[in-house]
Amino acid sequence: MAAPGVALTPARRRLRRRERGLAYLLLVPSLLIFGVFVFWPLVHNVYLGFYRNPPFPGLPSTYVGFDQYKDVLTSQTFFDSVKTTFLFAILTVPTGIVAGLALAVLAHQQLRGIGIYRTFFSSTVATSVAVAAVIFGTLMNPSVGLLPWLGLTTNPTVLQNPDWALIAVAIVTVWQTLGLTFILMASGLQSVPDELYEAAKVDGAGTWSRFWHVTLPMMSPTIFFAVIIGTIFAFQSFGQIDILTQGGPLRKTNVLTYFIYDTLQRQSDPGRAAVLAVALFFLTLLLALAQIRLLERRVSYER
Amino acid sequence: MNDDARALHRRRVWSKVGRYTLLTVLAVIVLFPIYITVVNSLLPPVDITHQPPKLFPSHPQWSSYSDAWSAGHMGTYLKNSFIVTFVITVGQVLTAILAGYAFAFLRFPFKRTLFVVFLATLMVPFEVTIVTNVSTISDLGWYNTYAGLAVPFLATGFGAFLMRQAFLTMPGELRDAAALDGYGHWRFLWRVAVPLARPAVAALTVFAFLAAWNQYLWPLLITKDDKLRTVQIGLKQLQSVSIDQINITFAGAVIAVIPLVILLLFFQKQLVRGLTAGAVKG
Amino acid sequence: MGRVALDQVSKRFDDVAAVDDLTLEVADEEFLVLLGPSGCGKSTALRMIAGLEEPTSGTITIGERVVNDVEAKDRDVAMVFQSYALYPHMTVRRNIEFPLRSRKVPSSERAALVQEAADSLDLGGLLDRKPAQLSGGQRQRVALARAIVRRPQAFLMDEPLSNLDAKLRVQTRAELVELQRRLAATVVYVTHDQVEAMTMGNRIAVLDHGVLQQIGAPQEVYAKPANLFVARFIGSPPMNTVTGRIDRVDGALVAQLPGGRVPVPAELGRVIEAAGIDEVVIGVRPEDLRFTDDGGIPASVSVVESLGHERHVICRLADQQLVIVRQDAHERAPAEESTTHLATDAAALHVFETEHGTRIGS
Repeated sequence: MAAPGVALTPARRRLRRRERGLAYLLLVPSLLIFGVFVFWPLVHNVYLGFYRNPPFPGLPSTYVGFDQYKDVLTSQTFFDSVKTTFLFAILTVPTGIVAGLALAVLAHQQLRGIGIYRTFFSSTVATSVAVAAVIFGTLMNPSVGLLPWLGLTTNPTVLQNPDWALIAVAIVTVWQTLGLTFILMASGLQSVPDELYEAAKVDGAGTWSRFWHVTLPMMSPTIFFAVIIGTIFAFQSFGQIDILTQGGPLRKTNVLTYFIYDTLQRQSDPGRAAVLAVALFFLTLLLALAQIRLLERRVSYER
Repeated sequence: MNDDARALHRRRVWSKVGRYTLLTVLAVIVLFPIYITVVNSLLPPVDITHQPPKLFPSHPQWSSYSDAWSAGHMGTYLKNSFIVTFVITVGQVLTAILAGYAFAFLRFPFKRTLFVVFLATLMVPFEVTIVTNVSTISDLGWYNTYAGLAVPFLATGFGAFLMRQAFLTMPGELRDAAALDGYGHWRFLWRVAVPLARPAVAALTVFAFLAAWNQYLWPLLITKDDKLRTVQIGLKQLQSVSIDQINITFAGAVIAVIPLVILLLFFQKQLVRGLTAGAVKG
Repeated sequence: MGRVALDQVSKRFDDVAAVDDLTLEVADEEFLVLLGPSGCGKSTALRMIAGLEEPTSGTITIGERVVNDVEAKDRDVAMVFQSYALYPHMTVRRNIEFPLRSRKVPSSERAALVQEAADSLDLGGLLDRKPAQLSGGQRQRVALARAIVRRPQAFLMDEPLSNLDAKLRVQTRAELVELQRRLAATVVYVTHDQVEAMTMGNRIAVLDHGVLQQIGAPQEVYAKPANLFVARFIGSPPMNTVTGRIDRVDGALVAQLPGGRVPVPAELGRVIEAAGIDEVVIGVRPEDLRFTDDGGIPASVSVVESLGHERHVICRLADQQLVIVRQDAHERAPAEESTTHLATDAAALHVFETEHGTRIGS
């Protein structure tokens, strides 16, 4: 940005060039990965969606333009899958946040040994989706004695039961993410200045009133963040469904990610899978934008 | 003590008892699945199917662990997970440091645009890209290889963003002082910027490790045999064993969790910082 | 050591000139202070000398070399920063050593140089500590040691004392001057503190809005401020300035002030008449005003502030303008809310024209 009329000397120009060169050199590794594995697939998906898979393997796929988009996106299966995805998010996100916040508030007390409870409540971060799903899946095995002993039996068994399968998967998910949500909420609570509580106490506010008028408003940015991240997580849930129900029974747990995987791997239909992927992308994008617009207005960002 | 004081004291004691009871009940609920998993891993299968279930292994059978380790391939899965996770973590941290430094300290054309490009990657769920990525990896000849498992994750927009923020909090006078002391960008990066950004590097390392270790969909798509499978999908193989080996499944789950328990015991603070970085600064 | 020269140097950020056509020369072994309020361009000027900012135009010379195209690290100057800019993760020894390492000084020589620099600043016992374990004054000395260890042509200092507490600042001021004499160093020192400027500099260069207002020895700048800005900026309490209309009374020029008039010295009168000026700003330093029973300008005493060794008497003129009079402690203090008159010697008057505030006469 040289001022007009001032020429850069060759030495200066060489320095600038060197800085620029270094900058691009530092960015190239990341850009290469992003280009090949993030942005190229976005473009390529759209293109793949134009080609219909051959009826028999070995034949060339045929160009059908937007026909395949129309087929897939207007199908009842797709509609049901989107519904299931939303339902799953609604079952997991609010429950998870309420549970995590409740535990965080309870663990945010001046009690001896409270540190141990914090460790307990955050313990599920050590588990992965797969570990949680395998544990719960095996415990829900009809031959295992635990559930019948607790009186929690359904017919057909939980994971084969169209009414209960999605709820069971949701419970596993909430449990697995509980540690993470707890950590997030607890550190949010820690950043609320103690003076605010003290001021509220002096003003005569009781426990509930303090929660409603101090904790919740001050936690709103954290909750806002948790809702957005949680929803994105929920929309990307895959492992627990693959391990527990494989989209069944009666496609009742066929969330979009599983639908994509199933179409790509089991039905070996990259064209249709690509259309679904494009749909998932726009759905996540729209959802994130909508949430940001909707929630931003209600959030108190003052610290 | 007068009566009022005594009543107050009694109320305080009861309130304390109540709070501890509530906390304990909740802790039991949260921990029960983990506890019963450990217990079941030590019981003979007959006892697991028994009603009422045994809640304590009076005669622990440790053989399930050796079965899971060798016959169940958990040893191999763990090795694979460690290799892949290590490569991904190191790669992600390195690319994040480099890119973060460029965005924080260097002047170059299209800086703002490129930064938006980095942030845009956060808006693309990985699940969206699998259709193309599977064929890309096959075309590269990386199907069922460590490279195929690791390479797509060697850079993240989140990491670059985190490191940039960390570098930006460093006083600008340090860079000036180093420039006068004779240090160019490259040496300043490694001798001053990175050592000073150690908390952020640690947080990113733990975060990247956790994410890589827990990966499920990608390894499922890109591996085809036990030699390459990672712990997460290996566990799925263990799940399908018959009911008279069900204790092995539980043992496998415990084995899969142990490395993370160890990691988190040592790096709890870094993890919390990594997880909350987005919430506080974003 | 070497000289530092700026020739018509300007620095523009977008349309704002941070430094405007600055020409000045720092002689070899001179201690030059760049003085001005924050945002006056003094730090930008210093950073251009260091090579941390590029001038938009003009030439910078260090020693005998034009350095416009020389990178900061090759300019052979050292800088002490306001925040000291110590590397927090390195020990004191490593901090001092850092500039030597990049210049590939052999390690045996390095150790000796570090020891020497540390000893000269009384840091010998602190070499293995980290900056966080040091007091503010110690950190400041480490920053100095890191600068002197290289034996550069010139030292550039950017408000190096502003993070010290008042008592330590006075002591460090003297130590810095001592060090500069001992090393026979060329120093360019940036500050907004006029006391530092007055006490430390061989010469002071006063900047405002990127423009050099005056350059000269401290006493000269104090006694003959080149314009109103310098007059008001240097001196504490600041110079009193009152606007007055020029009149001719009984053949002599006077300035009409609120409630009275002061005669304009004859040699200034000639200049004023020749220029056809009909309004001036009269300036008097607080210590040059005295109370008198008759004559002079009427004033009412508003507040008397005693500082122990001296006294500031704040008075109001007829039009409510405030004027400060400085008295020694042994002088008789006027009572608050009493009425009195103010007088001064003609030789103590500073006269400025109103348009640009430029000093009239010598």
